[in-house]
Amino acid sequence: MIAVIDYGVGNLFSLRSSLEKIGADVTVTSDVSIIESADKLILPGVGAFADAAKKLRDSGLDAVIKEQAAAGKPIMGICLGMQMLFEKSYEYGEHEGLGLLKGSVVPMAGVIPAELKIPHIGWNALRFKRGSNLLRYIKDGDFVYFVHSYYAADCADSVIAAAEYGAELTAAVERGNVCGCQFHPEKSGDVGLAILKAFCEEEKT
Amino acid sequence: MITKRIIPCLDIKNGRVVKGTNFQGLSDVSDPVALASLYSTSGADELVFYDITASFEGRKLFTDILCRVASQIFIPLTVGGGINTVEDFDRVLKCGADKVSVNSGAIRNPMLIRDAARKYGNQCVVLSADIKRVDGEFRVFAKGGREDTGMEAIGWIKQGVALGAGEVVVNSIDTDGVKQGFDLDMLRAVCDAVNVPVIASGGAGSMAHFVELFKAIPDIDAGLAASVFHFGQIAIPDLKRELQNNDIIVRI
Repeated sequence: MIAVIDYGVGNLFSLRSSLEKIGADVTVTSDVSIIESADKLILPGVGAFADAAKKLRDSGLDAVIKEQAAAGKPIMGICLGMQMLFEKSYEYGEHEGLGLLKGSVVPMAGVIPAELKIPHIGWNALRFKRGSNLLRYIKDGDFVYFVHSYYAADCADSVIAAAEYGAELTAAVERGNVCGCQFHPEKSGDVGLAILKAFCEEEKT
Repeated sequence: MITKRIIPCLDIKNGRVVKGTNFQGLSDVSDPVALASLYSTSGADELVFYDITASFEGRKLFTDILCRVASQIFIPLTVGGGINTVEDFDRVLKCGADKVSVNSGAIRNPMLIRDAARKYGNQCVVLSADIKRVDGEFRVFAKGGREDTGMEAIGWIKQGVALGAGEVVVNSIDTDGVKQGFDLDMLRAVCDAVNVPVIASGGAGSMAHFVELFKAIPDIDAGLAASVFHFGQIAIPDLKRELQNNDIIVRI
């Protein structure tokens, strides 16, 4: 069973629907015992980092996620959920993340050329950085749907794909049992469904 | 880089897709779920669902259809029509919409844009404007293009973006339904005025019109059309290839 962690951030209708579409046994939950008994976890999220991190802490689920990740349970972060996997974020101040991956989340303003619009929103191509389980069903150059203004930096040991937008922006990460994507697989058509399928299935050994 | 987007627009009335010419004389075309699914598999980058029902029953039917579409189709969905309050945003976002477009509701109450942007983020709020030339200026029309508001359009769009609209749809009433090409002068004026994505609507009659649009105005992010797609005059895979052959970056 795949548990989508519901901590009161954003709307999970499309994510749930996309997981059901690929035949996953999915439960959207904030219940600790369900999260502990799940085979895999998905951490979603939209909106501001500080607000989401606070909600996760207030619910006590941050500690549960860290425990589960440390025990080796596969966990996938999506969009802001991926950003929360890192050590810290510099979105309006400095905020602590879950620290499951090395790196920090920084604004793309000042990094990308001024004439490019922020947020980075729309369909962009993935540029593979190395082989991975998460992207095993799709190919280099496939398009996925992004909506974000901040991106993960200093994460060379986990990045598996980037997107070119005036700079190389971290698009997907994977290290051991922890993975994530900055884009929205639940809004990226068949490519996105193939990524979710790769996560939900038994991993290649 | 970000691709240029091709967006079919589905006007929904009483649970069915309709499309008129110059916003009048509507004719029934197809089942929304089937049509949306066809567009998604043929490479549409996004879908717009526009609720043109006025009744409470029609609104309920629309949200039911939206939920059915969003549970089967996994590309970005924008919803418009009858959005007058932040609660209306909530109603359609819960059904799987990603962006919500405001038009007459924002003309009546511009703070709707600000309030919705604060709650859901700028990227969620799309300002849609029906524009027509009157006395040598671009004028904003309300109520589906039937009522001249007297407001100058470029100023209104700038105000909307300043309040938090993260994207703008420009519907030219002058070119809508005529199929002689997009309203390049109007679109250029809007692109020059704002720094958020601008979507062109009204006037597409052939693939060449889309090529012309993206070549003439490189800042335009997307082309939106309805009847040329609904009636099969343009197949989206053909259009994508034609754009690619003209060095326009698209998702194929």
